[in-house]
Amino acid sequence: MTVNNVMTVEKPADQAVEMRTLTYREAVREAIREAMKRDERVFLMGEDVGHYGGCFAVSMGLLEEFGPARIRDTPLSESVFTGAGIGAALGGMLPIVEIMTVNFSLLAADQIINTAATLLHMSGGLFNVPVVIRMATGGGKQLAAQHSHALEGWYAHIPGIKVVVPATLEDARGMLWPALMDPDPVLIFEYSTLYNMKGELPVEPVAVDIDKAVVRRPGQDVSILTYGACLFKALKAAEELAEDGIDAEVVDLRVLRPLDDETIMRSLRKTHRAVIVDEGWRSGGISAEIATRIMEQGFYELDAPVARVCGVEVPMPYAKHLEDEALPQPHEIVAAVRETLG
Amino acid sequence: MSAIPVEAEKKVTQPSDVVLDRAEALDLLYQMILIRRFEEKCAELYSAQKIRGFLHLYIGEEAVAVGIMKMLRPEDAVVATYREHGQALARGVPIGPVMAEMYGKQEGCSRGRGGSMHIFHKETRFYGGNAIVGGGLPLAVGFGLADQMRFDPHVTACFFGDGAVAEGEFHESMNLAVLWNLPVLFICENNLYGMGTALEYAESETDLAAKAASYRMEAESVDGMDILAVLKAAKRGVEWIRNGNGPYFIEACTYRFRAHSMFDAELYREKTEVETWKAQDPIERFSEMLREEGMMNDADLAAIEERVAREVAESVEFAEAGTWEPIEDLTRFVYSEPDPNRRV
Ligand SMILES: Cc1ncc(C[n+]2csc(CCOP(=O)(O)OP(=O)(O)O)c2C)c(N)n1
Ligand SMILES: [Mg+2]
Repeated sequence: MTVNNVMTVEKPADQAVEMRTLTYREAVREAIREAMKRDERVFLMGEDVGHYGGCFAVSMGLLEEFGPARIRDTPLSESVFTGAGIGAALGGMLPIVEIMTVNFSLLAADQIINTAATLLHMSGGLFNVPVVIRMATGGGKQLAAQHSHALEGWYAHIPGIKVVVPATLEDARGMLWPALMDPDPVLIFEYSTLYNMKGELPVEPVAVDIDKAVVRRPGQDVSILTYGACLFKALKAAEELAEDGIDAEVVDLRVLRPLDDETIMRSLRKTHRAVIVDEGWRSGGISAEIATRIMEQGFYELDAPVARVCGVEVPMPYAKHLEDEALPQPHEIVAAVRETLG
Repeated sequence: MSAIPVEAEKKVTQPSDVVLDRAEALDLLYQMILIRRFEEKCAELYSAQKIRGFLHLYIGEEAVAVGIMKMLRPEDAVVATYREHGQALARGVPIGPVMAEMYGKQEGCSRGRGGSMHIFHKETRFYGGNAIVGGGLPLAVGFGLADQMRFDPHVTACFFGDGAVAEGEFHESMNLAVLWNLPVLFICENNLYGMGTALEYAESETDLAAKAASYRMEAESVDGMDILAVLKAAKRGVEWIRNGNGPYFIEACTYRFRAHSMFDAELYREKTEVETWKAQDPIERFSEMLREEGMMNDADLAAIEERVAREVAESVEFAEAGTWEPIEDLTRFVYSEPDPNRRV
């Protein structure tokens, strides 16, 4: 691997890779289609995934392609269909459970936290749960306080589940399969503001991992550690900083549990400064965990205190100007970096 | 046997007759038309990007909210869903602040913090505006509990959709409300779809009144496109509750004429089905009835439309003239602010 996994898609030098343009939404759909074709045990279930085409249109057309046995519309019953996904996984299937948004996953939190996350341990290692649970997360669409929160960092508190957050198209397409092949429950969080994002992907699927953080922009002066929709805000901030000769490294964490300490510390050893950016609320959030790990593992590398840019601690307001203020923005990242540099 | 033996005390209620005088009848029609025109305006304003986020229209279902609210008293409480403009207006939440809320202005009834899905209003005891499907039912049970424990003779009207019936909250609420004999009027607006999922794909038993009745809930099903039928059911329900008989369940069979929200391509239902239901338009049916009874003529209807047009236009003016809450106030209302007059 080259400079800290800079590219997830490695193009062989000797052959031209055929590329095509698609959206993040289409990349997720492709991932589901490929998994369904690859393994008969894979099926998708959730609210409105079939006839409606998915609340974010991710599964549009899949019912027609795979039929109602494998693209299953469920009643509005988050607890039972998530629990049924766990049971079906134990029973030999490879379910992809779709929960519309992370806020609604709270109706299934008991099944996720008290069952999926604990079963292997409670059974003394007898029963593992290879379920995948996908859900949308994040704010930015003026959907107010019951549809906009970013609770993935909170799920990352739970031992027994893995938490991944694809931000790029390659990850949106690539992370589902390794998640399905993982013997344990994997939660995939898709930032709803990314569904319309367009980009180029190789026609042939490229394998990606669900273990490592990835450096999306190498730099020397400061490490911006982030994931999800904030990755693009961080990249934008890095561009702005570059105009002033500040060379920021942007690390896409990708996996919130287990965290890839190694990539984080490697970046820190290079830059000696860290700014953590996430949409979750500051108190007890994932950024607090990362900052603590930096204290524990890299304290003497630091030339400045670790800084955080997080969601403001308020349930999400509807009005646009207030929502914008509640979410991390590039100018705040720029300001935090400048302050870190003194 | 339940802890509180209610069965023996239950009083038989006769089918209620509803008598409306001309002024009352025209007022009900006015309210339905107000909701219709208000929401048509909202759809327009959504296209103009004045209203953002999710917008769920009630068009086609107006008879349900208007009919139920008519039978409530000012002291009663209302709990609704994210499709609640109709309930808010019929309950008497002022139209200007409702529109301003959708604009996100601080003159909105929830200061622009909530938007279309979260309308709240203290004076009319309108407790929202809950966008978690089924989320309002336990809350309504709690209002009933408070009323019972305080000996307050109130009714709590709780609106929810057919989709909510699949959630655990529905079942837990039905059970507890009957078990504890609580004064709650449950109104299930069965419009045949939860988003794009038809009732038969969501329910093993599609007779929703029977489902409620399985909890020993007094339950009935009515034609929700006929305001008179809704009024009668509401009267029976409210009388039943006020007589101390415990909760009451009304399934109002209705239909939304518009998409689920502004993002819905409506791939899950046939245009012909929508047309069939449009022929049952509750406003047209009631208008027809009033004409036949000689209670309304063209001039009356024109006067209503004119008044409605003026009020809707004024609500838009009110919202347009509204102001943005200062950004410095962002973290207000996370916790209660000190208030010397507050008594907990
Ligand atoms: C717990 C929960 N799950 C999913 C959703 C997304 N959602 C919003 S409205 C809706 C359909 C609800 O249907 P119904 O209860 O019949 O009410 P209607 O919209 O038809 O009035 C869905 C699935 C939600 N808001 N809350
Ligand atoms: Mg419905």
